[in-house]
Amino acid sequence: MNKPEKAAREPLFHIAKRNGIAWWKAWIIRGVAIIASLIVCALIIVLLTKQNPLEVYGAMIKGSFGSQRKFWALLQNLAMLLCISLAVTPAFKMKFWNLGAEGQVLFGGLCSMVLMFEIGDRLPNAVLILAMLIASILGGVLWALIPAVFKAKWNTNESLFTLMMNYVAIQLVSFAIMVWVPSGSSVMGVVNASTKAGWLPDLFGKKYLINILIVAILTVVMFVYLRFSKHGYELAVVGESENTARYIGINVKKVIIRTMILSGAVCGLAGFLLVSGTNHTISKDLAGGNGFTAIMVSWLAKFNPLLMVITSFLIVFLQRGAGEIATNFNLNTSIADILTGIIIFFIIGCEFFINYQIKSTKSGKEGK
Amino acid sequence: MANPAIELRNITKVFGSIVANKDVSLTVYKGEILSLLGENGSGKTTLMNMISGIYFPDAGQIFIDGQEVVIRSPKDAFDHKIGMIHQHFKLVDRFTAAENIVLGLKEKGKFNIKDVEKKVAEISARYGFEIDPSKKIYEMSVSEKQTVEIIKVLYRGANILILDEPTAVLTPQETEKLFAVIRNMREDGKAIIIITHKLHEVLAVSDKVAVLRKGEYIGTVETKDATESILTEMMVGKKISLNIERSEPKDAVDRLCVEHIDCVSRDGVRILKDISFTARAGEILGIAGIAGSGQRELLESIAGLQKLHSGSIIYHNPKTGAQENLRDKTPTQIRELGVRLSFVPEDRLGMGLVGNMDIIDNMMLRSYRKGKTMFLERKKPRTLAEKIIKDLEVVTPGATTPVRRLSGGNVQKVLVGREISSSPTVLMAAYPVRGLDINSSYLIYNLLNEQKENGAAVIFVGEDLDVLIELCDRILVLSSGCVTGIVDGRTADKNEIGLLMTKAEGGAAE
Repeated sequence: MNKPEKAAREPLFHIAKRNGIAWWKAWIIRGVAIIASLIVCALIIVLLTKQNPLEVYGAMIKGSFGSQRKFWALLQNLAMLLCISLAVTPAFKMKFWNLGAEGQVLFGGLCSMVLMFEIGDRLPNAVLILAMLIASILGGVLWALIPAVFKAKWNTNESLFTLMMNYVAIQLVSFAIMVWVPSGSSVMGVVNASTKAGWLPDLFGKKYLINILIVAILTVVMFVYLRFSKHGYELAVVGESENTARYIGINVKKVIIRTMILSGAVCGLAGFLLVSGTNHTISKDLAGGNGFTAIMVSWLAKFNPLLMVITSFLIVFLQRGAGEIATNFNLNTSIADILTGIIIFFIIGCEFFINYQIKSTKSGKEGK
Repeated sequence: MANPAIELRNITKVFGSIVANKDVSLTVYKGEILSLLGENGSGKTTLMNMISGIYFPDAGQIFIDGQEVVIRSPKDAFDHKIGMIHQHFKLVDRFTAAENIVLGLKEKGKFNIKDVEKKVAEISARYGFEIDPSKKIYEMSVSEKQTVEIIKVLYRGANILILDEPTAVLTPQETEKLFAVIRNMREDGKAIIIITHKLHEVLAVSDKVAVLRKGEYIGTVETKDATESILTEMMVGKKISLNIERSEPKDAVDRLCVEHIDCVSRDGVRILKDISFTARAGEILGIAGIAGSGQRELLESIAGLQKLHSGSIIYHNPKTGAQENLRDKTPTQIRELGVRLSFVPEDRLGMGLVGNMDIIDNMMLRSYRKGKTMFLERKKPRTLAEKIIKDLEVVTPGATTPVRRLSGGNVQKVLVGREISSSPTVLMAAYPVRGLDINSSYLIYNLLNEQKENGAAVIFVGEDLDVLIELCDRILVLSSGCVTGIVDGRTADKNEIGLLMTKAEGGAAE
């Protein structure tokens, strides 16, 4: 009849939200995370490939800084990733989950390519480039505006909507390539290779320098916009609490639409830079997954455009290093992806320890 | 005498520094209905959550059929045949009633929905429910959903049923039906606990009444010996003198006339029913009522955040003498009319302030539009922030600390400080001292008094009747969206207000 009474079982530790943390402590945690990730990666390298991990890490650094050409390629990749990250940041800060940067960049690029391909030989280059720029921005805006309007008017789910818009853009590009490439090949060659019509010029003999400069300026502009402008303040309030926004009389719908116009415009600009400044051609992979990577860059930097220079550098550095070791050591590219994945996992995972602390339960009661 | 169905002995539960339940003991026998009565925040729901396995008591024992039990999870509670019907239903909208009823059950053998429906029909017939087991939840009315919740626990064989504010969402006719069902369950030998604060329902349905006040167990009385006034006194307690200074209103002219406003929620429920009152300059108008009687909607209607079905809100501008109807205007339009309306909402960090922003940026919420450039001007907000920190003694590392890191009292000082900095002509404050310590509370009372002396029409929504009576010049009492009375704060009596707060619908009087 008398059941033995079970003492209340308490866990050995519990997790509590931190009430803020000194910035240097946060950076120590991040540093420890990176070192830990390198150790884990070294173990994987030794176990799977029997290579010396230090050599592998050396090769990774060479992938970015090994030669001047590699360094410029690094800067160019960094600029493009940063540009798309800047584009998604206002939307994310407003808690509008824009997963459609990929499609917005692609459609923006397509708009440029239409002009470049169809009327590239009939306009002076400066006019053509300007027209392409405007077309790309409008294209990006259109692709962002459609889900934004639906969200503002009917509260549709923006993540799904923007995601779907990506596929529409991909199919449109496939269609355009089919029309433009008579051979039936799905790869479009470099357009206007001889006339260089619609190509952004080299600056001081440097390829991509215009891209890099434009993105550098954009970074500062976006920082100022988010930090010091009334618009930036409004979108931050909407993101933090729509109730507060309503309470102080912010027109939430207007802010959503306005911010998505900005987000789409910058995506369109990125599409233009990729088509006109970098690739001079178009393919389905124009954005190359950067539309999604950008989300990570933006979050890791806590939506601060200046910090995004660092986070996007980190990601591009890892990507390029991964490619380098894959070729140097005759490894499958998958191993490079595994390493990149581990490092990013640690970097993102350590945010948990920055936001939370683990406390051991001090109560004297022993479980059982 | 037989063993009680459930017995609680000296249950205590503490959250941080707040004692939610202190030494509560209760007994319910089979075939008995117990009402658990208490004001908001008196710990009724916490207590019941410990029986149903959502919380675990810090101290005390629970006995079921004479045996001590340990209830660690809702599943343990089910095993002890305890079923709780929560205030907010926990049903899957897309599923049918029968599917929801068996959801989560682990029955052996082949699952057959037809058998379930048969059993549901059986239960319905036994207790007098009316339900279509194959109807989907989203097609149901609130009362049907509640029926599903009750059948759900009966289907699991519950012998002890707990209903948390079951009549809050029902019409009087539906309430009558529910009571009939509850009486049938009593006849069947179930032990039933109803959490409520409506006195007339307590008297109508229960056998015994247990009263909690501020987490403490006050006592149990037999319903046949109880009257509304006995229960009210047990519920609200004896008068405590607070000594808040109350000056006589000077030139109390009409500032805000609310006339016959009606408000309908998205679900089609009338939240405000024909409300009329006048707020006068230089006066504090208190609003008393059980939580959820329409206080929030009333203030939000005035602030331009709530669409009204009918009625008008007339503002008398003291400078121009003009009369403006604020109905259906946005907060921005109201401001553009020159109405200096300040509002301290109930939800401080979710509405009044932005938790992740610092004090300066929170000051800016009201003023950031000033200036013609597209850029923000942070100098004046910074000065204001520093002034508020100094004047109201806000404990903070600095003006650039995110407000969510501040303690509740300091958060409220920042919010109230900002709202009164614009020298409002109308100041509305909803539960401005909730969760605050005595010193901070008095600071807030003094600030409200100061605004009153400056000629603002102050509207103060409170929950502590002692404070309302000490602070307010007049007190308006709301009960389920109706004004049940407006009394003079100087002559009002707590029991009188308590009765008005629980007065049934239809008894509206001015």
